[in-house]
Amino acid sequence: MNLLFATLALPLLGALLAAGLPSRLDRAARIGGTAFAAASVGTAVALLAGRPSATPVGPGSPIRPWHEVDLAWAPDLSVRFHIGVDGISYPLIVLTALLTLLCCAYSLWRVPEPGRGRLLVALLLVIEVGIIGVFLALDLVLFFVFFELVLLPMYAVIAVWGGPDRRRAARKFVLYTLFGSVLLLVGVFVVVAAAGTGDLVALSDPAHRTLAAGPQLLAFVLLAIAFAVKSPLWPLHTWLPAAHTEAPTVGSVILAGVLLKMGTYGLLRVGVGVAPEGARKVAPVLAVLAVAAILVGGLVCLAQTELKRLIAYSSVGHMGFVLLGIATLTTTGFQAALIGNVAHGIITGLLFFLAGAIKDRAHTGELVELGGLREVAPALSGVLGFAAIASLGLPGLAGFWGEAFAVVAAIGRGGPLWTSLGVLAAVGGALAAAYFLRLLRRVTHGAPGPSVTGLGVAARLQSGELVAWSPLIGLALAIGVVPALVLGFSNGPAQLLAAVFGRG
Amino acid sequence: MSVDTLGLLLPVIPGGLALIGLLVRDRRVAAALAVVGSGAVLALAVAVVARGPRPADPGVTIAEFGSLHVTFGTWLDGPAGLVLVAVGVVAFAVQVYSISYLHDDDRYAPYAAQVNLFTAAMVLVVVSGDLIALLIGWEVMGICSYLLIGHDRTLPEAPGAAVKAFLVTRVGDVGFLLGIALLGFHAGSFQIEKVFAANLSGPVLVAAGILLLAGVAGKSAQFPLHTWLPDAMAGPTPISALIHAATMVAAGVYVVARLFPLFERSPAALTVLAVMAAITMLLGGLAAMAQADIKRVLAWSTVSQLGYMTGALAVGARDAALFHLLTHAAFKALLFLAAGGVIHAVGSNLMETMGGLRTRMPATFWSMTIGLGALVGIPPLAGFWSKESVLGAALDAARADHGVIAWQAAFAVYLAAGITVLFTGFYAMRLWRLTFFGAARSQSAEHGHEPPWTMRAPILFLAAASVVVGFVGLWTAFGRRLGAEGAVFHFSAQVVVPLVFAATGVALAWRRDPAADPILAVRPRRALANAFYLDALQDALVVRPVRALAGATRRTDESIVDGAVESAGAGAFGAGGWLARAHRAGLPRAATAALTGAVLIGAVAAVLLGVRS
Repeated sequence: MNLLFATLALPLLGALLAAGLPSRLDRAARIGGTAFAAASVGTAVALLAGRPSATPVGPGSPIRPWHEVDLAWAPDLSVRFHIGVDGISYPLIVLTALLTLLCCAYSLWRVPEPGRGRLLVALLLVIEVGIIGVFLALDLVLFFVFFELVLLPMYAVIAVWGGPDRRRAARKFVLYTLFGSVLLLVGVFVVVAAAGTGDLVALSDPAHRTLAAGPQLLAFVLLAIAFAVKSPLWPLHTWLPAAHTEAPTVGSVILAGVLLKMGTYGLLRVGVGVAPEGARKVAPVLAVLAVAAILVGGLVCLAQTELKRLIAYSSVGHMGFVLLGIATLTTTGFQAALIGNVAHGIITGLLFFLAGAIKDRAHTGELVELGGLREVAPALSGVLGFAAIASLGLPGLAGFWGEAFAVVAAIGRGGPLWTSLGVLAAVGGALAAAYFLRLLRRVTHGAPGPSVTGLGVAARLQSGELVAWSPLIGLALAIGVVPALVLGFSNGPAQLLAAVFGRG
Repeated sequence: MSVDTLGLLLPVIPGGLALIGLLVRDRRVAAALAVVGSGAVLALAVAVVARGPRPADPGVTIAEFGSLHVTFGTWLDGPAGLVLVAVGVVAFAVQVYSISYLHDDDRYAPYAAQVNLFTAAMVLVVVSGDLIALLIGWEVMGICSYLLIGHDRTLPEAPGAAVKAFLVTRVGDVGFLLGIALLGFHAGSFQIEKVFAANLSGPVLVAAGILLLAGVAGKSAQFPLHTWLPDAMAGPTPISALIHAATMVAAGVYVVARLFPLFERSPAALTVLAVMAAITMLLGGLAAMAQADIKRVLAWSTVSQLGYMTGALAVGARDAALFHLLTHAAFKALLFLAAGGVIHAVGSNLMETMGGLRTRMPATFWSMTIGLGALVGIPPLAGFWSKESVLGAALDAARADHGVIAWQAAFAVYLAAGITVLFTGFYAMRLWRLTFFGAARSQSAEHGHEPPWTMRAPILFLAAASVVVGFVGLWTAFGRRLGAEGAVFHFSAQVVVPLVFAATGVALAWRRDPAADPILAVRPRRALANAFYLDALQDALVVRPVRALAGATRRTDESIVDGAVESAGAGAFGAGGWLARAHRAGLPRAATAALTGAVLIGAVAAVLLGVRS
């Protein structure tokens, strides 16, 4: 119980420390914030203790947390402070803590204009509290509170430390996601009003489901749109390219690495868990949109001319695979979605770190001006090649499992619609190879471009970068070879969730 | 042990050494890792063959997707062991050769590590008893091929060739993944043994078979996914020998052989394979006749010879296909490495700059002669025995009552294989004469000399292999290892036919003047040199439309989808501004509005009260 509170409280304390210190102690404040981020990684990993070794089976709610805190919060409104960790949320919590630590460590080493790094670290830690809270929350209203907690700090990160067009991008990001949040709030109200409780564990329990089919459909549609904005699902994705391109490096890493996961996690936990009848009816629509996202994301990437924008659109494609996995409503699909989530967080986080490194050195992300990076900066080019290959879903690296098994799950559903969707998703995989290899050809191969020649000593990798990137490189390889690192946790809960639909 | 130790070590050792090698800069350490890695594979492969065939491993579970488990286990049966030896020999020869071929290349260290990684991936494909592990090895080979083709910085066409190689095979791999997904889902497991035992319905077998063939067509450069292989010659010559002649391109053939019990049950898939094989054989042979670049001749020759292997599989002769795979690995690797020596000496790939090398590079000359002889199928060299086995099997299938495919398809394979022998004779003779005979046609050819011994030794070894290896076709134990009832090679009257064709082809290419290019007598030589413009067709039908679609999608996404969002925002602004203006009304308008509102409320109330009473 204390571990759960610690996981939430440590980053909050770190944020207060970092923000509270005066500006002459800026570096000390950043070090302090990073220390708290490291401590939260420790508590996140320590949450593993106490996990039962037997897979949960049998009737009951699909959510069976192995650490739980359930306190009365606003009893008259039937709102409780209910948090807990289970196999689905645990890998995501560790991922969040790790990425925040890496971003804080990166900020120790480099702070973008206009400085005041301690405030950036403080905001990153507040975002961490919000995201971990989302993954821990087992009460709908609490879930919504944490979901919203993330928005304004992220807006601030983009608007203050971002690129030239940051104001517009930040505004678009916050307004678009607020629109989704409004729908989320209405959905939460529909559920709480119709079912009488906001407790996710009770709401997911098929034996005690008090929500009738009609409200379930309404609730699912509202929730799905809200989470679709967050994930993002085509066509509700247009906030993403601007936000990613204009955000500072650490902002993009957190945005792509974990913020997007709130949407897919929410869809699985809240949408599918609470309103399965609604999910059953809407799943084909979701699947079609997911495959559209894969294909549109792939095609648009093929025509991109700017590095960060290309990686941003690739996220649209990857989340398409995750959402396809969820839409199949099978264990295979859920497992594919969950490992796809974690893999995307690791690999795209690494890609944005690299994009930041390239832009810092070459002062541009335009593909036309880059080129021949492997002549001038071979190590950086090698890591970029590794990240791109991992992101296109090469078997043996983390991204493969989510993509391939989303296709397997779709084929497994059978029938003309699902089979065609599976085939189209597989074609999307080929498109991913096309655009990433095009990226590598433009950036790393060929003659050195105007912004790349003359980098000289600056081209070498710095120790701060190696420290930030090596865990991600190692994890991409480790999860690729041993997917049980993620799937072992989520297999039980995913099976329980899929059992609601009568599918193994 | 749930996973066989030898089977586990085979991919792990070179793979581990490769990962270490990627972090190494020092040339000598990299060379040591390279030699140890490939040497270990060779040693372990010999141990596997000596130990004898084993049944499939029970395997360990590496991922659980609900009731669908992904396991890893090896299956070291007879063909696996023999193919492993071929992979080990060629990999070791190439690694040794590369040490001096790339002696002045400062990026030798990552090259050697990538070759080790490639070897690990190929070995994984061969030993794997599970479809997912096989897919992992399959794709990692593809990425290593991409990395290695693009190795040479000084070649501007190399990055494009690398991307083309990966993407064309990726297109095939879409089908490969779908085929595996279908099989795994319907069989409830990805373990190959379990897939064989599962009760799969006819349509599933046909669909899975054809989808798997898409991947095979890509990796093994069969029509229509063959277009990447000639361009892949932009990679260093040892890579062409290893990846694009002996191993990766043979992986497709190996996979069909491994999954043969499935293919046997779906004649439709085998018929598709037969058609592909026939077209590929002829196309490769014709295109090879008209190439100016020595490596391109060999590349098209590889395409054509792979057609022999897939043709043999299509007529149900798995043993003949694997036999030809093994002999082809030996003599094609030999041909490429020897060509590498020639290119190294002359400084160019083009045969018009060669000539007169017979006296200046005798060892290379004789090795290449043996290689070309094996390719054409001159007895008693290796290629004779394996090619005859393929042709014999095709004729038998055409004459049989109940073969795995219709007799017409088998006969088409036989006919194509026979005619291709003529083309093979032609281009082999042409290459031989233009490269080695007559007067030297350039300064560098004047000063041609033998390559250093680290390059010569592998060539000589492979030349010896190309002489000797064929005789195993007569050995019953070898045939049984490959799954046949007896020896692979059968003496029959049919043996004469390809010999006649070969002699004809060779004679047609002979010119009194060694520098005269025999292709000049052939009318449509431009079409042949451009392989019937299939490359341009692919560009027009696939590459350009996709690029155009990409641009259109981007514009639509930015203007319409985003435009909707932006106009929603603009609309909100506009509505807000309009309402603000409406609120700023002067007193007369405000008073009128208030009075009108009051009247409306009164009217509604009156109507409601009236309804009530």
